[in-house]
Amino acid sequence: MFVLVIGAGRVGASVATSALRAGHEVSVLDEDPLSHERLDVELGRSWEEAGGRFTIGTALEIDALVEAGIDEADVFIASTNGDNTNLVVSQIAQRRFEVPKVIARVLDPRRAAWYAEQGVHTICPTQIAIEQLEKAALEAV
Amino acid sequence: MAGTGLYVIIAGAGKVGWNLARELLEKGHEVTVIEQDRRRYLTVEQELEHAVQYGDATELWVLERAGIQRADLVVAVTGDDEDNILICQVAKEKYLCERIIARCNNPRNLVHFKLLGIQPAVSATDLILRLIEHEVPRYGLVHLLDLPEERLEIIELVVGEDSAAAGRRVADVTLPEGALVISVLRDGAGFVPTSDTVVEAGDEVLVVLDPGLEEDITGWFVSNGRRG
Repeated sequence: MFVLVIGAGRVGASVATSALRAGHEVSVLDEDPLSHERLDVELGRSWEEAGGRFTIGTALEIDALVEAGIDEADVFIASTNGDNTNLVVSQIAQRRFEVPKVIARVLDPRRAAWYAEQGVHTICPTQIAIEQLEKAALEAV
Repeated sequence: MAGTGLYVIIAGAGKVGWNLARELLEKGHEVTVIEQDRRRYLTVEQELEHAVQYGDATELWVLERAGIQRADLVVAVTGDDEDNILICQVAKEKYLCERIIARCNNPRNLVHFKLLGIQPAVSATDLILRLIEHEVPRYGLVHLLDLPEERLEIIELVVGEDSAAAGRRVADVTLPEGALVISVLRDGAGFVPTSDTVVEAGDEVLVVLDPGLEEDITGWFVSNGRRG
């Protein structure tokens, strides 16, 4: 599969390296060239030598998305540090580029839930943390 | 509240949002401005008082606290295009607000606003660009108004020295169906022509037309026109 990851923070970089290790084609788009280092460190060797792609650009730039390979992407992951950026760019990936599988990381549980109802596949780390904390707390009693 | 007044929520208390709020309040409308920067909020609050609220307008509870359920109009004018898109999208699709207006900071993002149905989106940069093109017209043709939804546009053309239209009555300038000369600007004054008005070289004419007819129309007005 061709996986395109927008935003290589802790989450994005980790998912990107796992996908590359699993033998998928992986392309990463991030506005910060430093995030490239995170990929190297995460992987333990050079991202490019391992076959990864990296494009510098912001999520809403059509040119950058195209350069990163959005036209061929099978999976699109929006994992920048901004909920709004993730929600907008994932809808662009869905509606304009018709990427088959689009996933957006959204920290705000309410927006994550509402956009999920609208057909955007959202992952909400906050909601997961809330559920795990509640579970852990209740088990401790 | 005045019977005819609107309830307007403005996201972003920058220069645009603040001035807009001031004008709307003066016209008797009810306004709530939402600003997420604490310092900016405190500055604006000194003047607008209870008409400004502190918070992130992309958060649903902040919009609800501002009373989005009863808003007649939501205007998103933050400095961030993603935020403006999101605010308008939830206003329209979640809270069923009938009218939205979005500010587009980077004109390259206009396609995204359009794709997600966020209309109208206003871009100051784009407006200034059009004005510059108006001052320095290329090929003598300026787009004054584009209404793609209504499939209508208005263009301005300068009548070329030896063009086909120069010296002819408006009735004899047989533009294609779907195009009409609606105004002539001559010596600094504009008037609505009749079919007997004679078009002169140097006139600026405004033509209303269906999109796609520009080429057929410019042929009449450029110098050494094909029809001349």
